[in-house]
Amino acid sequence: MTYFPAVLLFALFASTVFGITQRETPRGMIRYGIYCFVLFVGSAIALSWLMFFIAR
Amino acid sequence: MRYSQKRMATEENKNAAAGSGSQSGAKAATQPAAQQGFVYLPLIAGWLVPGAGHFLLGKWIRGSLLAASVLGMFVTGLAMKGELYTSVHNILDILCLAGDLGNGLLYVAGRVAGWGAEQVQTTVADWGARFIVVSGLLNVIAAVDAHNLRTGRKS
Repeated sequence: MTYFPAVLLFALFASTVFGITQRETPRGMIRYGIYCFVLFVGSAIALSWLMFFIAR
Repeated sequence: MRYSQKRMATEENKNAAAGSGSQSGAKAATQPAAQQGFVYLPLIAGWLVPGAGHFLLGKWIRGSLLAASVLGMFVTGLAMKGELYTSVHNILDILCLAGDLGNGLLYVAGRVAGWGAEQVQTTVADWGARFIVVSGLLNVIAAVDAHNLRTGRKS
């Protein structure tokens, strides 16, 4: 398994649990779950680019 | 019962706090069956078996999604040849072992069956060990959520 699929799986599982446990309504759970997923994946991509430029 | 947090001032709790001994007995008889019994049962069941706390409360969809997430992360961690922590040598190992213990019976089954690598040898295996630790932490969050549902702190 490479890094990016691992990030996607981690973000999927973690954001599912966060969405269900941190909000009360089904609509709020879905919205918060998607929000967490985007933040997980987005921050991983952003930090990866940051490290890429630092390493150059 | 007295609660100091928001959303705990439900009519039921107000009545229980204001009522006398004889009245509280009568009110207990009128409570739904799900609100009676050992209040920590969903917490303990949810810790031992992922999703079981929500299943006990009749939250089948939430419980199924939580169980799938925790189990999925645990199995993915094992498939990546992650390590189940068995002994501690430093403070980080203690924290990782605490996270692993959050998996409840999954951790016990893993120890008994000898799942997981003896030692982390590759980068992917290191990620796998983190997956297992985080699945335990997510399971604890799910179990606490079941407890909050049981006490009425969350609907």
